[in-house]
Amino acid sequence: MTTTLDPPTATTVESRSRIAARPTVDHLDLLEAHAIFIMREVAAECERPVLLFSGGKDSAVLLRVAEKAFRPGRLPFPVMHVDTGHNFPEVIDFRDRRVAELGERLLIASVQESIDTGRVADPGHGGMRNRLQTTALLDAITAHGFDACIGGARRDEDKARAKERVLSFRDAFGQWDPKRQRPELWQLYSGQVRPGEHLRAFPLSDWTELDIWQYIEREAIELPSIYYAHRRSVIERDGMLLAESAWVAPRPGETAYEETVRFRTVGDATCTGAVRSEATTVERIIHEVAISRVSERGATRADDRFSETSMEDRKREGYF
Amino acid sequence: MAAIADGTDAVAEAGGVSEYGSDADVSREPAGQPVMDLLRFAAVGSVDDGKSTLIGRLLHDTKQLFDDQIEAVELASRGRGIDGMDLSFVTDGLRAEREQGITIDVAYRYAATPARKFVIADCPGHVQYTRNMATGASTADLALVVVDAPKGLREQTRRHVCIAALLGVRHLIVAANKMDQIDWDQSAYDRVVSEMAHLSERLGVVSCTVIPVSALHGDNVADRTDAAPWYDGPTILEALEQAPVGEWAGVQGTHQGSGARLPVQWVLRQPGGGRTYAGMINGGPLRAGDEVVVLPSGQRSRVTAVETLDGPLREAAVGLSVSVQLADDVDVSRGDLLAAAGDLPDLVTQLVATVCWFDGKPLIAGAQYRIKHTTRVTPARIVSVDARLDVNRLELLPADSLEENDIGTVTISVATPLATDPYHRNRITGSFVLIDPNTNGTVAAGMVGLPDLTPLDEDPASLDDHA
Repeated sequence: MTTTLDPPTATTVESRSRIAARPTVDHLDLLEAHAIFIMREVAAECERPVLLFSGGKDSAVLLRVAEKAFRPGRLPFPVMHVDTGHNFPEVIDFRDRRVAELGERLLIASVQESIDTGRVADPGHGGMRNRLQTTALLDAITAHGFDACIGGARRDEDKARAKERVLSFRDAFGQWDPKRQRPELWQLYSGQVRPGEHLRAFPLSDWTELDIWQYIEREAIELPSIYYAHRRSVIERDGMLLAESAWVAPRPGETAYEETVRFRTVGDATCTGAVRSEATTVERIIHEVAISRVSERGATRADDRFSETSMEDRKREGYF
Repeated sequence: MAAIADGTDAVAEAGGVSEYGSDADVSREPAGQPVMDLLRFAAVGSVDDGKSTLIGRLLHDTKQLFDDQIEAVELASRGRGIDGMDLSFVTDGLRAEREQGITIDVAYRYAATPARKFVIADCPGHVQYTRNMATGASTADLALVVVDAPKGLREQTRRHVCIAALLGVRHLIVAANKMDQIDWDQSAYDRVVSEMAHLSERLGVVSCTVIPVSALHGDNVADRTDAAPWYDGPTILEALEQAPVGEWAGVQGTHQGSGARLPVQWVLRQPGGGRTYAGMINGGPLRAGDEVVVLPSGQRSRVTAVETLDGPLREAAVGLSVSVQLADDVDVSRGDLLAAAGDLPDLVTQLVATVCWFDGKPLIAGAQYRIKHTTRVTPARIVSVDARLDVNRLELLPADSLEENDIGTVTISVATPLATDPYHRNRITGSFVLIDPNTNGTVAAGMVGLPDLTPLDEDPASLDDHA
């Protein structure tokens, strides 16, 4: 394949014949089937689920799985973006277009609003907002009465995520207690919570970064263009390449320069690093992922560098 | 290594922030090619016998760890006054785990060698966290049992092997660990072999490979050691690469399973007014044209189409999520089961089952819970607690209650009839959990039927606990 920047998004004739011609089941089929199963269980057992969609690659896969689980019906839950306000415009364009194509409802939980209403302290211009998403998310959960948030987190991303259940319980304060997780045997997912409590559901728990890319290739899933190699003005900071933007400008001693890069993850623009890459196609990205010697978050996320247990600490507070 | 077919891609040259190596030897799996060959295994055994260290060693020596992960483990080790790397930190990622040097909950890791892909569940060994071990073992094809060879099998090792075997794990790889501490004394290894043979026979284990290792130093994990010239069997890695796969899902399994079953998760309304019934296939494949019975109602119908968003399938294999159209306008809703007409499950309102009890409050007759079986949740009452399994003697002893972490047999009555198969025939229709209606906590894992214990002439000497 050449490029998938603008692939077909609907069910195509090719994909139909692909299934019919392939009676055997491969590992992507099983991962997909399991993810569909989890989504249907959550939709059936929970009163008010919501699907979290950031416009990133994992949530793009999550949306495709949701389509597979519930079409030709509508999705039995709204789609919600927890918006840091520090966005790559390509990602926001993609988010809006994708949700519109699906004909589903998009909710936005805004970190800017949390700042404006004094729910969280303003980290200042260009300050990192990833951790602030927790308050916006928990406030939205309370406001809408959600009892389950379906997210695209994977266990291979981080050592704390590696410990988390597929259906992960949050108490009335939104906290995760890793020492008191519910047993979760076989594929018997129990979705019941008391009022005020909620679940996080992770249908892609067992997928790896490589599985995600192989699935994107197989399903011809569209992604924001910043996932593919492109020229961009960047600033090197703390061993990461940050995109020059309204929030990230060169500090004394730093210079911005043009580089061919792509993004391996998409988050708050002030703390999401790009990687040098010439990979303009899914096929080339798959090759890069297969030989990478740095983990996805290790390469691209400044917010995981604070301490040994950054992710666990954030998750305990109610982060994704 | 031939894992990377195309090594010509332009990859960034090593620079300040370059993250790519050009060396194909570090590849984690063949690029671009889905791999069918996938083994799910759980590392089990008693606390401090070295499960996490063994998994860390295995991942490290097979180059599954990223550079930044290795750095993080080195840093965390140094911060605790440990020279070099404490490989248990690879999977013991929680703050409390590193403080205490124990595993609290299962860590899932994903790895691939040129031979196959692996999903690894590194389970906690502490008796307090038996429920988490059962969580990890419930989806495993194989158990990697780690034993402190100088000390021999402990009660907790036996408990884990029992739970794994009851959960249907039929293949064991046993790491007789810490052989370096006793100068690779073959008699310690032989003792583990004989104890494991006894357990395996009693529990119906099909294969049990015992391997002398030192997880700490990496002997016989990924690389063969010359410290034990008396041993000529496989390393841990070789044994994992040779073990049968697909045991759990039955996708490639050889055991005799039930006929096709489809627990209905969700009803999809089709344009034009029809309905299809969505769920994941288990037991056996389902095809258009197959006669099915809807349970519990007992209505018969025929599958007219097996649908997916990508189009219809001629045959839905076990493990696929599909939706099914029926020839007749029958009443089907979530919680119902479509079953192959030629091989029906049992429709029961009372069942005898083997349970692992997880709650701090004992399980006693008369207690009320909710049962989740396939996609059905319904009230359940404990009619009687019948027996408790003595994990040392491997005998069912009469009992009228089960304490936390006990394994036993119970009789349960349920409010709505359930379509069950014995667990050994079908792990989906043969399994259930009990849920505390007050806390919503999962308090028991249950398997339909009694434990399958092979009668054996007792050899008292082999029952000593060496702990």
